[in-house]
Amino acid sequence: MSRSRGGSALRVADAVPVFAALGDETRLSLLGRLSIDGPLSITRLSEGTGVTRQAITRHLYALGDAGLVRHARLGRERVWELDAKRLEKARLYLDQIASQWDDAANRLKAFVEDG
Amino acid sequence: MTVQTPNAQDAPSTDRIEKRVVLRAPRSRVWRAISDAQEFGTWFRVNLEGAFVAGAATRGKITSKGYEHVTVDLQIERIEPERYFSYRWHPYAIDPANDYSAEPTTLVEFILEESEGGTALTIIESGFDKIPLTRRAEAFRMNDQGWGGQIRNLERYVA
Repeated sequence: MSRSRGGSALRVADAVPVFAALGDETRLSLLGRLSIDGPLSITRLSEGTGVTRQAITRHLYALGDAGLVRHARLGRERVWELDAKRLEKARLYLDQIASQWDDAANRLKAFVEDG
Repeated sequence: MTVQTPNAQDAPSTDRIEKRVVLRAPRSRVWRAISDAQEFGTWFRVNLEGAFVAGAATRGKITSKGYEHVTVDLQIERIEPERYFSYRWHPYAIDPANDYSAEPTTLVEFILEESEGGTALTIIESGFDKIPLTRRAEAFRMNDQGWGGQIRNLERYVA
């Protein structure tokens, strides 16, 4: 029932690192910070988190390996920013909601055609 | 009001979902199934507390197995009899511990048209680009944990 998406669907092999990278509270909250306030330095990202800079750095590299964030130089500082394109390309969220709409539309169809 | 795809060159929109389905039923029948809150709840699987009134909100508990703890809030936008119905809500707001009220909503639109042998229905949900990325990311994770099974349940029911 799912509509074809012209080959843009994420391949399973591509999705694995994305899932792995997202399956952690700290990494999710880092993505959240970067999506709202980014780009940010590691110092700023560690502030008030109770997580060490080293741990934050490790998480950022994990997110970077999944292609979700990247670092850049801003003056003398290294900052991290969201690579939103990768997330958008994944489109998993939208596919998910789209499949719920497929199900709902099917139920509506059965409902009005039978009743 | 409707958010259009900014560029349709190659990347599909991340902002909207559009579904079109032809229902073998008269337009008046489809309209009732969508605009009557009780009937809507039957196929959408939500037990709505009040009728749909443009400009007013209604809420209800999800009746889908495993999601009975979830309450949805629908803010009804526009009702044009037998043609158009729309509401705003918080998509994927399934964590009762989280207060979604301050987050942006998406717009859900139902558009009815005459079609040969029945009624063509277009469902559009738009505004996802304004939903915080963390929320979208959480949905991936929740999906990993349980949506697969949920979708299989629904498929069994529909089959």
